[in-house]
Amino acid sequence: MTSASDFFSIVVMQGFNGLSSFAVLLLMALGLAIIFGQMGVINMAHGEFLTIGAYTTFLLSQLSEKLPWFQKSYFLLAVLLSFFIAAGIGLLVEHFMIRHLYRRPLDTLLATWGLSLIMQQGFRSIFGAKEVSATLPEWLMGSFKPTASIDIPINGVFVMGLTLVLTTGVFFILLKTRWGVWVRATTQNRVMAAAAGINTRKIDRGAFALGCGLAGIAGAAFTTIGSTGPTSGSLYIVDTFLVVVFGGAESLVGTIASAFGIAQTQATSEFFLTGSTAKVLTLTAIIVVLMLRPQGLFTIRVRR
Amino acid sequence: MQIHSSRSPFRMVRFGWAFVMSALGAMVLSAVAHAEPATTTGQAVTDTEVTVGQLHSATGTMAISETGSIQAERLAIDQINASGGILGRKIKIIQEDGASDWPTFAEKSKKLLTSDHVAAVFGCWTSASRKAVLPVFEKENGLLYYPTFYEGLEQSKNVFYTGQEATQQILAGLDWIAKEKKAKTFFLIGSDYIWPRTSNKIARKHIENVLHGTVVGEEYYPLGHTQFGSLINKIKLKKPDVVYAIVVGGSNVSFYKQLKAAGVTADKQNLLTISVTEDEMLGIGGENVAGFYAAMKYFQSLDNENNKKFVAAFKAKYGPKSVIGDVTQAAYEGPWLWKAAVEKAKSFDVDKVVAASPGIELKTAPEGYVKIHKNHHLWSKLRIGQAQADGQFKVLYESGLIEPNPFPKGYQ
Repeated sequence: MTSASDFFSIVVMQGFNGLSSFAVLLLMALGLAIIFGQMGVINMAHGEFLTIGAYTTFLLSQLSEKLPWFQKSYFLLAVLLSFFIAAGIGLLVEHFMIRHLYRRPLDTLLATWGLSLIMQQGFRSIFGAKEVSATLPEWLMGSFKPTASIDIPINGVFVMGLTLVLTTGVFFILLKTRWGVWVRATTQNRVMAAAAGINTRKIDRGAFALGCGLAGIAGAAFTTIGSTGPTSGSLYIVDTFLVVVFGGAESLVGTIASAFGIAQTQATSEFFLTGSTAKVLTLTAIIVVLMLRPQGLFTIRVRR
Repeated sequence: MQIHSSRSPFRMVRFGWAFVMSALGAMVLSAVAHAEPATTTGQAVTDTEVTVGQLHSATGTMAISETGSIQAERLAIDQINASGGILGRKIKIIQEDGASDWPTFAEKSKKLLTSDHVAAVFGCWTSASRKAVLPVFEKENGLLYYPTFYEGLEQSKNVFYTGQEATQQILAGLDWIAKEKKAKTFFLIGSDYIWPRTSNKIARKHIENVLHGTVVGEEYYPLGHTQFGSLINKIKLKKPDVVYAIVVGGSNVSFYKQLKAAGVTADKQNLLTISVTEDEMLGIGGENVAGFYAAMKYFQSLDNENNKKFVAAFKAKYGPKSVIGDVTQAAYEGPWLWKAAVEKAKSFDVDKVVAASPGIELKTAPEGYVKIHKNHHLWSKLRIGQAQADGQFKVLYESGLIEPNPFPKGYQ
């Protein structure tokens, strides 16, 4: 029924699909890897920061329909603007809520969950309960065809590229800049960091805003592959925590490894089994690994 | 931390006592209220006014879908009031929010029936919310008009189902595509819960036993699933004549966007869905579904006088950009069907209204014509619409009136 070349095409497309799921998981987990992984804040409202990015994109797309010259380029601006709006709101949230709750992880969990409900209802009141759709520029739609039977989705390539750029950026900031050293010092030993003259308050604020901003970018990028509605962000929150916890909360390399592992397991098992069974299989694998290694795949050894 | 956690159980106990006391108080109060019936039938009906309930999710996940139903029911009630009301009485609405939470639906329905004594309730959207309120309506002998197309397998004295049950929506649609597209192989896809599973079960029986085709795949994805790449590759591998899709919610948007990005478009692949209305098109984007087929009893683009009036009135009230999907139209029929039954029974009494209902016709329905069957569902037609890039459907086919059959033999 299926010829050898068809089979080859499916293998190529399925390989790309696995990588593309990996990019999606990593992109949504990147912000949380900083907020939860580095700072230890359980931010249940992380998904809503994704939604902020998605709605920013939608608003710009509405604007671009009135301005023809803007149509091709609006999406790139939307990605940038999503970062700054989400980061700005992140700053406010940090100032009015999170900073009062550091070292009280369970209270943070409840408070941010409440925040996520408030934000969802806020989106509903502002943009309406119905889902909206950002009109994508032509260059982001459709597929790239290297041969007649292979389709590589362009939006998938775009998300992969964006993920690569952002991950490299986050690594550079955390490992190579002075600010990154301060962040790591603060998270590893807050008291010593403060004693060494680091303004830990300022570091907290900056790191939280950066995490929220990254979520905003993810939200903008996901308008190409998913929905834009008041609860769209909450679709991603469980998977996001899964990736960060599974990878080992404090390790960025762990986040990458875990996103890769989960995406490949899920994509491959979805292909050979059915959707719901694949999810069961993936979750079972994660539970077994976490039973054997409760700290996650990768850990940083620090003296407490 | 320590001190707080040791104190909180104590506070819980005190809170518990307060709760018990207030509950006792409420019971005493309600006993008093029951002692003096407000009207002869025990309902909130005066000489000038009749009170009805509206019970949908105005907040939470389901608000996305239920908003249209809330609007349509209000429009119908406004129009009925403007034309003189029912039996000389104006309709007053008490709106309750089910908040996308099934226990809340049950609680609010109890409130509407036992403390507001409403004569009828227009409400619910998901099967889960309907199942949650059903025992309340049966116990308190209430009257519910339910607007959503659903999986069937239910019939209650206290409920009228104004949407289609599964066989009405599925069988004629499959017949059409099998004939028009000479389809022999089908790939069934659904979100993983009762409606898509029951519907696909009916579809599979019909494909195998009546159409003599084959089902080459049947797959379910968790609600809220966002990655459909593997599924799309499987569709490409199996090359079915028809993809039969019942994906809902945010997943729906992901599914169609990713289909389009993977090059699976209407010029290469037939796709028939029973879960995309004009409402869903808003979120998916018309350009991502254009050319695919949907099987519904109503489309906004239906060309008849009733529908033109309805669409114009709806837009006048809710803005020129508002769209009307299948369920919105079915919700609009609820108050009108209730009005017709009350006028025939010459009473608001639930038993009399229910007894008067079978056989009632609605010739002014936007979908054209419906009639209440004795099984409390509606006789209705099925249409096939082809999705257009502007978010509307072009109607390609219209069946005859289909008898509702909520317990189909040979399909279970």
